[in-house]
Amino acid sequence: MNISLLSVVGYLVGIAALVGLNAVILVWLERKVAGHMQFRLGPMEVGPHGILQTLADGIKLVSKQLVIPDEADKPLFLLAPIVSLVPIFAAMVPLPFSETVQAWELNIGLLLIIALGLLNTLGILLAGWGSNNKYALLGGARAVAQILAYKIPLLICVMTIIMMTGSYSLRDIAIAQKDTWNVLYQPILFIVYIITVTLETNRSPFDFSEAESELVAGFHTEYSGMGFSLFFLAEYSYMFIAAGLATVLFLGGWHGPWLPGVAWTLIKIYSIIFLMMWFRWTFPRVRIDQMLSFGWKILLPLSLINFIITAGVLAL
Amino acid sequence: MMECCYIKEVVKGFFSLCTGMRVTMGNVLTRPTTVQWPRESAPLPDRFRGHIMLLADDATGYPKCIACTSCARNCPSQCITVTGKKPEGAKKKMADRFELDFTKCSLCGLCVEICPVGALDFSRDYALASYSRNDFNSMDLLQELGSPF
Ligand code: SF4
Ligand code: SF4
Repeated sequence: MNISLLSVVGYLVGIAALVGLNAVILVWLERKVAGHMQFRLGPMEVGPHGILQTLADGIKLVSKQLVIPDEADKPLFLLAPIVSLVPIFAAMVPLPFSETVQAWELNIGLLLIIALGLLNTLGILLAGWGSNNKYALLGGARAVAQILAYKIPLLICVMTIIMMTGSYSLRDIAIAQKDTWNVLYQPILFIVYIITVTLETNRSPFDFSEAESELVAGFHTEYSGMGFSLFFLAEYSYMFIAAGLATVLFLGGWHGPWLPGVAWTLIKIYSIIFLMMWFRWTFPRVRIDQMLSFGWKILLPLSLINFIITAGVLAL
Repeated sequence: MMECCYIKEVVKGFFSLCTGMRVTMGNVLTRPTTVQWPRESAPLPDRFRGHIMLLADDATGYPKCIACTSCARNCPSQCITVTGKKPEGAKKKMADRFELDFTKCSLCGLCVEICPVGALDFSRDYALASYSRNDFNSMDLLQELGSPF
């Protein structure tokens, strides 16, 4: 292991650029998708087809005052968006974009990403607690209640793939799918995975911790300016990571004809993100008890049965 | 029995979600209804009612109005002020002042209907905006057409 300071700095700059660019594109894409799904056009004014709209909004947000409520727990309040965003820099490390483009090959890369994904919930909980606002607190509490319902099916999904490949390394998992993508062996598992990551990234129809119609804005009710935009950045980066993981676990990573590996990875990642946006603008939010029973009564048995059948088939 | 219902429910739910997604994708593929005003504008319906305007006589180019004041007397909001006199050598009177208080007009159309010579109609001008309502409380309708006075 020889990691020079220079490569770390280079990596951080690269990831910061990726996170920023990704958020700029995704926020714009989300508004476009939302618009067109409702017979509208979405942003059109800033730049061709409104492509620079997010940039303009970002500048506006950054220039705004960060209001801290009087009764808030100041350190926690300020820490929350950072706790939510920082793990992304670590979670991007083991994500392979192609055979050669990968920040660092880790033999437990998958585990790292899953574990760091939990820190997002910690950030939401801190925000909810630190704001000293009943709606924010409810949002934070919901985020925690939600973990139990989705983390177990998600882990079983991941375990099944690990069992099929025999490795925790994302690179190995992608290489193992050179000929056939896992999604062809495990279509149901793929659906369960997509649902659980929709839950993990707090996106509609499972955005309980935000729930505009019930909780004002949920955990980020009290945030303005920079704090608010950091949460936004985090949400879209987690989407990117979740989609990246889906690409590696189910869609064969960088494998694909004609185009170079990085292009294939990005195409797959953004297709999955589009799918998640499609969910958001199609399905209404479910109730929290419906979500919990959905998690325990449908996702868990489905993934468990799938796991057992896969184990049986592999043992034969 | 229970298991069968449960599986049926899950499958049914899944397909109903797919139906929803098909609908939204259909929306994406149809033309948006949004119109990018002011660069383009939606077609006005035929019976659109803008503020009233005077119509010109094709032969002379002057307003057809004969200043009979029927419109002003019949207007329920009393927002028309019209006076007229005979130009030299002419047989009929013509309006020398025709003002509309558009802030009070209810666009009821009585004036358009009552006019004996068909000198009034609704305009199709909808892009009216101003910082002051004084711009609309005495609109000079003769201005565009010109008058012999
Ligand atoms: S439309 Fe009705 S309210 Fe308006 S000026 Fe004519 S009569 Fe008066
Ligand atoms: S009713 Fe017709 S002719 Fe008479 S004053 Fe009004 S516009 Fe002129």
